[in-house]
Order: sequence, then structure tokens, then C-alpha cells
Amino acid sequence: MTNFPWLSVITFAPMIGVLFILLIRGNPEVEARNTRAVALWTSLITFAVSMGIWVKFDNAIVGFQFEEKAVWMESLGLAYHLGVDGISMFFILLSTLLTVLCIAASWISITDRVKEYMISFLVLETLMIGMFSALDLVLFYVFFEGVLIPMFLIIGVWGGSRRNYAAFKFFLYTLVGSVLMLLAILTMIFESGTADITTLLNHDFPVSLQPWLWLAFFASFAVKVPMWPVHTWLPDAHVEAPTAGSVILAGVLLKFGGYGFLRFSLPMFPIASADFTPFIFGLSVIAIIYTSLVALAQEDMKKLIAYSSVAHMGFVTMGCFAANQQGIEGAIFQMLSHGVVSAALFLVVGIVYDRIHSREISAYGGLVHRMPFYAFIFMVFMLASVGLPGTSGFVGEFLILIGTFQVNTWVALLGATGVIIGAAYMLYLYRRVIFGELTKEDLKKILDVSPREIAVFAPLILIVFFMGIYPIPFLDVMHSSVENLLERYQSALAAHDAVAILAK
Amino acid sequence: MYVSAVFLPLIGSFIAGILVFIGANTEPEKKKNIDQMAQMVTVGAMLLSAVAATIAFIDVVVYGNTVVIKVWTWVESGSLKFSWELRGDTLSLIMLLMVTWVGSMIHIYSIGYMSHDNSIPRFMSYLSLFTFFMLMLVTSNNLIQLFFGWEGVGLASYLLIGFWYNRPSACAAAIKAFVVNRVGDFGFVLGIFATFLLFDTINFDAIFGLAEGKSNAVITVFGGEFHALTVICLLLFVGAMGKSAQLGLHTWLPDAMEGPTPVSALIHAATMVTAGVFMVARLSPLFEYSDTALTVVILVGASTAIFAATIACVQNDIKRVIAYSTCSQLGYMFFALGVSAYSAGMFHLITHAFFKALLFLGAGSVIHAMSDEQDMRKMGGLYKLIPVTYVLMWVGSLALAGIWPFSGFYSKDIVLEAAWGAHTGIGYYAFWMGIVAAFLTAFYSWRLLILTFHGESRADEITFAHVHESPKVMILPLVFLAIGALFVGILSFNFFVGDQAAEFWGNSILILSSHPALENAHHVPIWVKYLPLFVGVAGIALAYLMYMFAPELPGALANGFHRTHHFLVRKWYFDEIYDRLFVKPAFALGYGFWKSGDGALIDGVGPDGIAATTLNIARRAGALQSGYLYHYAFAMLLGIAGLTTWFLVTMS
Repeated sequence: MTNFPWLSVITFAPMIGVLFILLIRGNPEVEARNTRAVALWTSLITFAVSMGIWVKFDNAIVGFQFEEKAVWMESLGLAYHLGVDGISMFFILLSTLLTVLCIAASWISITDRVKEYMISFLVLETLMIGMFSALDLVLFYVFFEGVLIPMFLIIGVWGGSRRNYAAFKFFLYTLVGSVLMLLAILTMIFESGTADITTLLNHDFPVSLQPWLWLAFFASFAVKVPMWPVHTWLPDAHVEAPTAGSVILAGVLLKFGGYGFLRFSLPMFPIASADFTPFIFGLSVIAIIYTSLVALAQEDMKKLIAYSSVAHMGFVTMGCFAANQQGIEGAIFQMLSHGVVSAALFLVVGIVYDRIHSREISAYGGLVHRMPFYAFIFMVFMLASVGLPGTSGFVGEFLILIGTFQVNTWVALLGATGVIIGAAYMLYLYRRVIFGELTKEDLKKILDVSPREIAVFAPLILIVFFMGIYPIPFLDVMHSSVENLLERYQSALAAHDAVAILAK
Repeated sequence: MYVSAVFLPLIGSFIAGILVFIGANTEPEKKKNIDQMAQMVTVGAMLLSAVAATIAFIDVVVYGNTVVIKVWTWVESGSLKFSWELRGDTLSLIMLLMVTWVGSMIHIYSIGYMSHDNSIPRFMSYLSLFTFFMLMLVTSNNLIQLFFGWEGVGLASYLLIGFWYNRPSACAAAIKAFVVNRVGDFGFVLGIFATFLLFDTINFDAIFGLAEGKSNAVITVFGGEFHALTVICLLLFVGAMGKSAQLGLHTWLPDAMEGPTPVSALIHAATMVTAGVFMVARLSPLFEYSDTALTVVILVGASTAIFAATIACVQNDIKRVIAYSTCSQLGYMFFALGVSAYSAGMFHLITHAFFKALLFLGAGSVIHAMSDEQDMRKMGGLYKLIPVTYVLMWVGSLALAGIWPFSGFYSKDIVLEAAWGAHTGIGYYAFWMGIVAAFLTAFYSWRLLILTFHGESRADEITFAHVHESPKVMILPLVFLAIGALFVGILSFNFFVGDQAAEFWGNSILILSSHPALENAHHVPIWVKYLPLFVGVAGIALAYLMYMFAPELPGALANGFHRTHHFLVRKWYFDEIYDRLFVKPAFALGYGFWKSGDGALIDGVGPDGIAATTLNIARRAGALQSGYLYHYAFAMLLGIAGLTTWFLVTMS
């Protein structure tokens, strides 16, 4: 099985499901039922296969594993080139896992155009996996941008009342960034003569060119993260998206930015990265404090969680550019943890939205009386979100902050204030939704979570505690790749400094 | 033994947690069985844990077999590495023993106290969960596990304060407790970061080994260069202030009395709030090298002791009086630590755990008898109706006031003598503050006793007719605690601070020879030795005078010193100031950022602005397409003229 094309199989397995779904015919009810079943099975199988790469992953290897390469356009140096390392591997698992949960979570809530909906999600899955495993710039770009299309459709077709505004805002924001990134990619190919990422990782771009390339990539990644002040698309997109759309958006799509910083900005433009670090730190700290405060004032549950996402992702960018072992591993860990926790929180909101059809916090209160199980599930993810030790949220935040403190104490101090405000807005939300007396008429008959819904949450709860209490299996995967990245980064900086000293 | 002592409560909590859900939708009779099962499991687990802790205590403390048990590696990233470990030395085991036994008693007491409640399994589960976190805290072998226990007890405290979640005030108090503690934890984590920056490790043994070598090291943080250990200790101490409700971060503790009374006894008197004291004692190898940090600890402790005592004198809620009393007693412990009398601070911690838990549970017994009435103005004349509780409250109060031979006498004396024995300005400050606070302590304790048990009843008739002594299941734990309040001091004095102290503590506490306060405490002038007892008796006498013999006096005083009285009743205005300074601005800023920042500015200039501008330009461009030939001809003419001009200019 050494030559088994793991990544291609995982990437394109969902497309086989799409093929089957296209073939389904029958009366609408049968059609919808069969579509759901096919989609669920496809995603389950994809997830099962993707677990294989974790099992077979060799923690000791520094470079990429499971590499596959086929020449595409030789003259331009383009190739179909896939592979994963310790930085990207878990994101593939995150994508495959969340897709399963999304399909399960949409079981009842989506009744309109089920076929198209499921196809969108499966296509989205292919694109996400492709994006995390692509080792060719152009291939990466295709996947990176391609994701926009199904996501745009999911928000625009199955979204809420202001879905058009949200979909276009989402599309415009992300597109502006990616146009600049495309220019940068072309420049890189012409400058280095190759689009191969493994080669580019060791290519020294001219120091004068680096800031421009860095900024162009930054424009794209900053929107995706999203960093302050280009974050305003996120609350709107989340509010209007259907539950599963929010789950994928928060769970996976936001990680594109952080992943991009680690895959491209730091190793390929190290000098520029070092120069722009204060800038990133500034934006991250603003993001954490500003959006945490905004979250405190929200009246809409989904918006509140969306803003909390921006704050949490602020930690990620901070950790990436702390550029030390704890910072970067913390950032990756935080992305994974946030992928699980924020996804779960959106599912939590989805549960009551499915029942009451309101996202207003004031429409709820006292749910614990009718929904003790739900209250428990919500509690677990709330605690993970505020970073209680023993949950996954703590490990990531802690590593990032301790890493950042080594580099810049003020940034760590200001970032840590987010932990206080974070506790305030989450507990305040929980209190308003769950606690108090149950007085509202329409809540008096609300039902607790069903077995299907428990099945969706159970794996997430297990992961949250597993990552919090025994995070070693996750961190072990990252060590070699992160060390390698840092070595490359530090040596480039050292060489640059040496040149600068000589010039004097 | 050691591992089972720590993890049994977790197992108990887990099983009770499952029973919560099983019992959620069952009929009343079955629910009763489930409730009993939850009580039996958690109480059983706690008692087993207490027995295991006792065996471990004998092994470690008596036979001197200090241990560190590794469970598994927790995090490894670069040079940062720490594990789940259980550390067994004297300091840990004293706490372990106290927490498991007091915890067991409070579990048993809860069976009676919560018997009418609807959510018994949930309560028992939380209580055991709390105990587990507390045990993880006291047995930690690195700063992060300490922090895990620290935040964990905070969570349990949050859950238990908000246990009666129907009450808005309980929910608010729960959030307040968690968030204020987070403010303290903010300092704590920064302290951990600074520790890592200096030592490159956060494991206790490694830090303690390196501390002496780094005693003069400097660290560059927050834009300045500071003495490294001072920075670390002060940051960590902020955490301790939050958890132990010291001046400035104390505001959550009185509100925490919204929780059921057993919770107040366990968490907000005996165990959790003493975590800060434990932490400083645990980190004595760091604090010893920073005189500045120690001075701050004394200052905060002594000020809290007097501050909280003044407020306790005017409160009318029976539990709040005891809560402020706890705050004040924690202050004593801290200034003992500050003068390097760590063992004296720990001694007071242990004796306090017994008599304060006794007082709280006694108050709970009163509240139970009074059909959940907590206002002392509506009590009075209860001593004949609930004589056992009355006697037990006396025992607790005598211990609290430091009257011989109750435990409080021994521990409070040594704390005050050590403060005197420091022979420093700040030490004397602590001593005198402590003396005044001791006077006030005795005064408010007897004020409480007299208002509650003596005089005419001020309750309404229905409540008064219903007053009854508590069941045995509540009284027995009280008796156990009363025995502790009577004998712990006299029996353990020698081990904690007397002749056998050095052997008893082993290596778990470090005191530099330049800090001889505890040594000096044994050789203080005779008046220093007897002053605490004297002011205690004086305080009691004053309370009798004011509330028994001249009951019109308090009212007259309150009117005479109207401003002062109001200032005290409003608790020095801390809540109001914080509300104005932090809470309201945070919400206002959040709202402002949202509407003006995100809405008007970013969206207005960004996507919405661009969309609007594009539309506007397109409309104007559209207006150019008028369809009249002469408009187009005119435009062409202008163009030709322009081109010609440009051509001529560039040619020449």
C-alpha cells in the first residue's frame, strides 16, 4: 500500500458521491431521502479513509508525506502535486469530520433542494481537502478560490432573509484579496521559474520583492482569517448562512488564512514577515479586544459567536507571527480546537433555531428546565470557548500566549485580557439562554436534543476533552514540521542580518 | 493510595452526573431512589477518598516518604514540557487531609440540607467535582496543573453559586465570581509566562532548584527592566488575591452567598478561597527572594483583614457576616505568609477551615430552621428551640474570636506574634491592624450570636412556629467540625509552628535565615502575647453591651455616624465603583465599536461604501448617454481641441 494515492482518493472521494447523487431519481421524498443517505455514506467513508493518513503518518519525517506528482503544464512548471506535513495533516481530518457532521446536522432542517445542497457540501469537501494538500501554487489557488463558489451558493440559496447581501459581501471581500494573491502567485512563478511549493519553500525571494508579495498574500489571508478591520463580512455571513454553512465556515474556511500564513508568508517571505510582525501583532490585539467587546453587546446568538470567532482567530495570527515553537504549535492547535468548538457552538445555536426559528437571545431563557441535555452540551462548548484548562481551548490559547510572551510581553498582556472578556460574554450568553425561569409560551413545549443530534455532538465533546487532557498525539505530529519551518525562518533572518552588517 | 484519594471524587461526580440525566424525566418515587443513589455514591467516594488521604498522610508525613506520581505527559512543545503529576509532600498532604475530611462532612450535611431540593444528584455531582479540582490543585507539581485546579474550582464555584438558576441574583453572582476570578487569573497566567521566560520551565522542583541562582536576575517585561522574581511573585499574587478574595478582588465573595449554604461552607470558607494562601506557601522558594513581593503580601493581607472586619460589623444577612469574616481571616493568613511565617499562615488556614465551616453549617442549620430566612433582623430568641445548633455556633464563634483553648486562639496568636516578630514597619502595621480586626471579629461574632439566638423573636409567627432542630445527618458533621474547632489547634500547634515544625514540614517550605519572624514569634513581650485574647474578650463584652444590655445603642450610633455607617453598609462602594469603571464602559464600548466601528466606519467606507460609490458613478455615466446627436458632436469637438492643444504644447 506504499504507493496508494491516499490524498487523491480522499480529495476526490466526495465527487464519486456527487456522481451517485446526480443519478438519483424518484418522487421528491424518496429522492431527498436517498440523497441524504448517499451524502452521509460518502462523507463517512471519506472520513474513515482520511483517518488512515493519521495512522500512517510518520512524525519523524520533516518534509511532506503521501506525495503524489503528475506533470500538468511543463513549460510553466505546473504540476498536479499533493502532499501533507505536520502543519496541514490535521486540517484534512478536520474537514472530513466536519463534513460528516454538517450532513447529519442538515438531515431535517434542509427540505428544499436537498440534492443541490448535498452536492454543494460534497464539492466543498473536495475543494477544502485539495486546498490543504495542494503543493503546487496554481493548484492551490484553484482550490482556494473554488471554495468560494459552493459557499456562496450555500449562503445565497439556503440562507436567511438577508442572504443576498451577506453572500455578496462575503464574495466581494474574499475576491478582492484573492485577485492580489493571484498577481503575487504569477510574480512568484516568473521570478523562480516554478510553481512547486516544496521548491519555493527553499527559494530565497529578493528582499525588495518580499514585502509586496507578503502584502498581496496578506490581503487574501487577512480576509479569510478574518483579521480586524476586514472582518465585517463574517458576522453577516454567519447570521444568514444555514447552520451547516456556519459550521464549515467557522470550522474550516477561517483556517485557510492561518494555514496560508504558515505555509507561505513565514517560510517564503521570512524577511518581510519579520518586518511586518509588529503590524500583525497590532491587528491581532485589536481584533481580540475589540471584537470581544462587540460580542458582549450582541443580541443575536450567531453574531455573538461569529464575533467570538474573530477574537479567537486573533490569537491564531498572534501565535503564527510569534515565530517560536510554542506560538506556532499553539496557533495550529488553536485552529483545530476552534474548528471543533466554534463548529459545535453553531450547531448548538442550530438546535434551538430549528425548534423556535429565532436567533435572538431575548427569545430564549430558562431552557435548562426543558432541555437538560442541551444545557450540558452547551456548557461543555462554552467552557472550551472560554479556554478552561482541561478543554482543547486552553492548550491552544496557553501555548500561543506563552510563545508570544517570549517575543513581546505587551502583546501577550493585551491578548490575555481577551480571556477575561471572553469569559464575560460567553457566561452572559449562557445565562440569558439557558438559566432563569422558563416563562415564554413557545418555549414551554420545546424538546430536548434527539438521538441524532446527540450523535452529532458526542464526537465533538470527546475531541474537546481529549485534546485538552492529552494533546500530545496532536502536538507530536506538528513538532518536526514546525521545527523545520522555524529553522528556515531563523536562518533566512540570520543571513539577512549578516548581509546588513556587511553592508555597513 | 494517593491517586485514588484524588480521583475517587471525580468518579463519584461522574456517576452522580449520569444520574442527573437518568433522573431527569422519571416519576417522583423512582426519582427518590436515584437521589439516594447519587448521595450514597458521592458520599461513599468522598469517605473512601478521605480514608485514602489519611493513609497517604501517614505514609508521607509520618514516615517521610515524599512522592511524585506521574500520570502522563500533558503538553510538550519546544522546551516547554509539563505533565499531570501528583506531588506528595507535607504541604500537599495537609491540604489533602483537610479537604477530604471537611469535604466528606459537608457532603453528609448536604444530604439533610438539600433534602427538599429538586436537583439532588446535580448538587452532589458538582460538590464532588469541586473536591476533585481542589485536590488536583493542592497536589500539583507544576504551575499549569495548579492553574487547572485553580480554574476548575472556579468553574465548580460558578456552577454552585448559580445552582438555583431560577434566581437572577444567583446567576449574576455566579458570573461575577467567575469573571472577577478571571481577572486574578489574568495575573496568574502572566506570572506563569514570566516564570517560563526566566527559568525555561514551569515545574516546581526545577524552579525551586534554580531560584537561588536567579535571585538577582533581572527581566525585561512591559517596557522596563525589573527584578525578575519580584515581577513573577507579584503577578502570581494577583491570582492569589482573586481566588482568596483579597482587597480589590474581594467583591465576588459576599455575592457568592447566593449559593446553597453547604457550598458557602466548603468552597467559600474552608477550601477554595484558601487556595491563594496555599499557592503562596507552595511558592515560598520564590517569594523568599523578593522582599518587595512579601511586603505587598503583608500590606494586602493586613488591609483586607481590617477592611472586611469593618464591613462585617454592619451586615444583616447572617451568611454575609460570615463571608466578610472569611475575607478578613484570609487577610490574617496572607500577612502571616508575608512575614515569612508560612507555617503559621497554613496553621491558621487549617484551624479556620474547621471553625469557619462549622459556623457556616451552623448558620445553614439556622436558615434551615427558619424556612430559608437569612436576615438576622427577622430572627432572635432561637436558642431554646435549636439548642444544639446554638451550642455549636458558640464553639465556632469562640474559635473565631481566638478565645483559649479553642483552635483559633493558637493560630491567630502565632500569626499576630509572627507579624510583631518581623520587627519591620510593615510587620507592625500588620500586627496592629490584626489586633483591631481581632477586636472587631469578636464583636461581630457575638453580634451575630445575640441577634440570632437571643432577645425577642422578630420572625413572623408561621416561621417561628415551624422552627425545628436539624436532623442528625446535619448535626453529626457539625459535631465533627466542632471537635476540630476545639482540638486541632492545641493538638497540632507543635507540629505546625512549635518544636517539631522543622521535621514536620520537611522541604516543602523554605524560609531564609534573613526572615526570622516565626522564630522571633516565640520570644515576644508578654503584652503582645495576651493582647489578642484581651481584645477578643473586649469585643465580646462590647457586643453584649450593645445588643443585649443597651439595644438602643446600635441605632443611635448608626444615626450619629450616619456617613460612616452608610459607607460600611455600602461595602466601601466597591461594587458601585467597579460598575462605573469597568462593567458599564465595557458594554458601552462594545456597543459603540459594533454600531459606529463596524457599522458606520468599516462597512460604511468599505463594502457598502464602495457599492454605493460604484452605483453612483454608474448612474452618472449613464446620464452621459443622452441620445442627442449634438451632445456627442460637442464631446468630439472638445476632444479634438484637447488633443490638438496637447500636440502643439508637446511639439514646441
